[in-house]
Amino acid sequence: MMQETAFEQPASRGYLAEKGFRSWALTLDHKRIGVMYLCTTLLFFLVGGMLGLLIRLKLMYPGEQLLSNHAYNVIFTLHGAMMIFLFIIPGIPAGLGNFFIPLLIGARDVAFPRLNILSYWVFVSGILVILGTLVSPMDTGWTFYTPYSATTGAAVTALSFGLFLVGMASILTGLNFVVTIHKLRAPGMSWNRLPLFIWGMYATSIINVLATPVIGITFLLLACERLFGVAFFDPTKGGDPLLFQHFFWFYSHPVVYVMILPAMGVISEIIPVFSRKPIFGYWAIAYSSLAIAFIGFLVWGHHMFVSGMSTVAGVIFSFLTFFVAIPTGVKVFNWIATMYKGSISLDSPMLYALTFIFLFIIGGLTGPFLGALGTDVRLHDTYFLVAHFHYTMMGGTVMGLFAGLHYWFPKMTGRMLNEKLAKIAWFFIFIGFNVTFFTMFILGMEGMPRRWAQYPPRLQPLHIVSTVGSWILAVGVAVMFANFIRNIFKGDPAPANPWRGLTLEWRTPSPPDTENFEEIPVIKDWPYGYGKKTGAKND
Amino acid sequence: MTEEHPQHGESPEAVFETAKLGLWTFLATEILLFGGLFTSYIVYRLRYPDLFHAQYQYLNRTLGLVNTVILITSSLTMALAIAAIRRGRQWVSRLCLVLTIMFALGFLGVKYVEWTEDFSRGLYPGTNMFFSLYFMMTGLHGLHVVAGICVLSAVLVMSCRGRFSEQYATPVEISGLYWHFVDLVWIYLFPLLYLVG
Repeated sequence: MMQETAFEQPASRGYLAEKGFRSWALTLDHKRIGVMYLCTTLLFFLVGGMLGLLIRLKLMYPGEQLLSNHAYNVIFTLHGAMMIFLFIIPGIPAGLGNFFIPLLIGARDVAFPRLNILSYWVFVSGILVILGTLVSPMDTGWTFYTPYSATTGAAVTALSFGLFLVGMASILTGLNFVVTIHKLRAPGMSWNRLPLFIWGMYATSIINVLATPVIGITFLLLACERLFGVAFFDPTKGGDPLLFQHFFWFYSHPVVYVMILPAMGVISEIIPVFSRKPIFGYWAIAYSSLAIAFIGFLVWGHHMFVSGMSTVAGVIFSFLTFFVAIPTGVKVFNWIATMYKGSISLDSPMLYALTFIFLFIIGGLTGPFLGALGTDVRLHDTYFLVAHFHYTMMGGTVMGLFAGLHYWFPKMTGRMLNEKLAKIAWFFIFIGFNVTFFTMFILGMEGMPRRWAQYPPRLQPLHIVSTVGSWILAVGVAVMFANFIRNIFKGDPAPANPWRGLTLEWRTPSPPDTENFEEIPVIKDWPYGYGKKTGAKND
Repeated sequence: MTEEHPQHGESPEAVFETAKLGLWTFLATEILLFGGLFTSYIVYRLRYPDLFHAQYQYLNRTLGLVNTVILITSSLTMALAIAAIRRGRQWVSRLCLVLTIMFALGFLGVKYVEWTEDFSRGLYPGTNMFFSLYFMMTGLHGLHVVAGICVLSAVLVMSCRGRFSEQYATPVEISGLYWHFVDLVWIYLFPLLYLVG
């Protein structure tokens, strides 16, 4: 692999060569579209993160200090809605997915490149509509439950329309990926040689295609209730607010797997590379992605145990919920078995991957507390829940995204990150994250309800700990982004294959050319043959 | 090498297969979009059977039936448009496309008459649960008909520019698939709304 570094000087800027606004805005290149998605979503990660810091800052004091109660409602709603709809759902799938799906399966582009750029601009127009609603900002929480959302003076109708557009973008991207993975695999790239990131993205795309339309019609009905007074969710006309919750969670539960499955795919790529061992249990990991996607459609009711839904339904949903733990556990054990006796190197992508596993185990194991009917009644809508989903979503998905960004940064930009800075950032993020959110488990057990602007003063010490943690976390994220931004321009030129990976993207130069491959590769083996003869298949 | 590997602009069959899979996937999303409305229909039909029985009588069954016939016929002309272009008969194909678009416009015209009648009798989307469902379901379906007219018009323009032949007619076939779906949704809506008694 040393020879490879020798010939790689940044002679070519690859797909980045062409400059100017039009060359980006009207591009059909999946790599550029992926980069645009990444920049957009990461921007909203930073904005949402700052709102999160503001929430934590306000909660240092038990009374109505710093922010009014209404301002607090608006801020936590914006934090949730931005993070969910504008960052974490599209982040890995539309960002890293767009960039790497064609590269990993040996294609020149996605199946429908025009649809791809259309979906990006639909996404952006959705964002603009959503930002437009800030004139009369949302105070409903990110779940928009009726009847409050049908009657509040906030701009719910416009917001529904904006989210409809964002959802449409997800559907188009998901559809594109499903077809791409079915039809554009390189010769010899059979399903049993497919990289596990692709399996994860495939399961994700299926969920996007099948679940997103349901939230689309839900937002449409909500908007029509406000505009024309249709009766679906309005109890005064015989409608049922619970139906809204069923529809909402029929989408929003499967969509948590839209968030986590691509991250799991990234981890499945990184672990074998940095352990120099073949992935353990390839089929188990591949099928568990599909199993999670499938079971994910059957468990939405566990968000509604205390909503007034029938007890029988509650028991059934609770029972089904535990099945999600099986494929999730399968993945974790297979990753650990992959590392067993491997020669592990702790480069920054691997550090984040290990952090993912560590934090996701905590997030995952606190899930059954909430999935079990009895304990959920006690813990529902407390900070325990807040801690749980931040451990799975931020500790899981976001760490997976960070791992992927560090892993693929050289491929995307043609430059290396500063490894030392990356590790410093990781240290702050790891400490800060745990201080912020582990404290919330305790707060929840102590009875602190989520979304409350004020709380009993006895809980203040824990809140202060959590707030201080959020500052440490912010320092880490700031260092990480400084590292990204500096090295996009000034980093050392990256070799084609800095991590000695065997998947196809590493056979292209860094950054890849617009056409991806000079000649479409013919696949003769799966991409996980690490540790046999070093770099044997690594031409 | 590249012949084995279908990519954009290569082998027409591969392009057709790719487009077809794309459209079937899209139809799956459409089914779930309408699925929300059908689910609501089931829920409230079971909860308020008397209301549904009393309200459906306000609908104009004759016009509903006329629209059903119009839409089924338009599916036939659409299928003929595809069959014609497969045999290379450009003008027959174009004529059938024009007929399909005319039928679609006719459907919307009848729908307009129906809705006007409803409004004049004080029946609005917010009147009660039955009419909420009626207006949402026929409204969303109507939007799909409008989208269909746009798509078919675009296909007609392409056809007049001589873009299709026996070998290549993917846009005609794909838009036909979509149009049959729009027809099929109406086949469900008609009995559910007009014939529930």
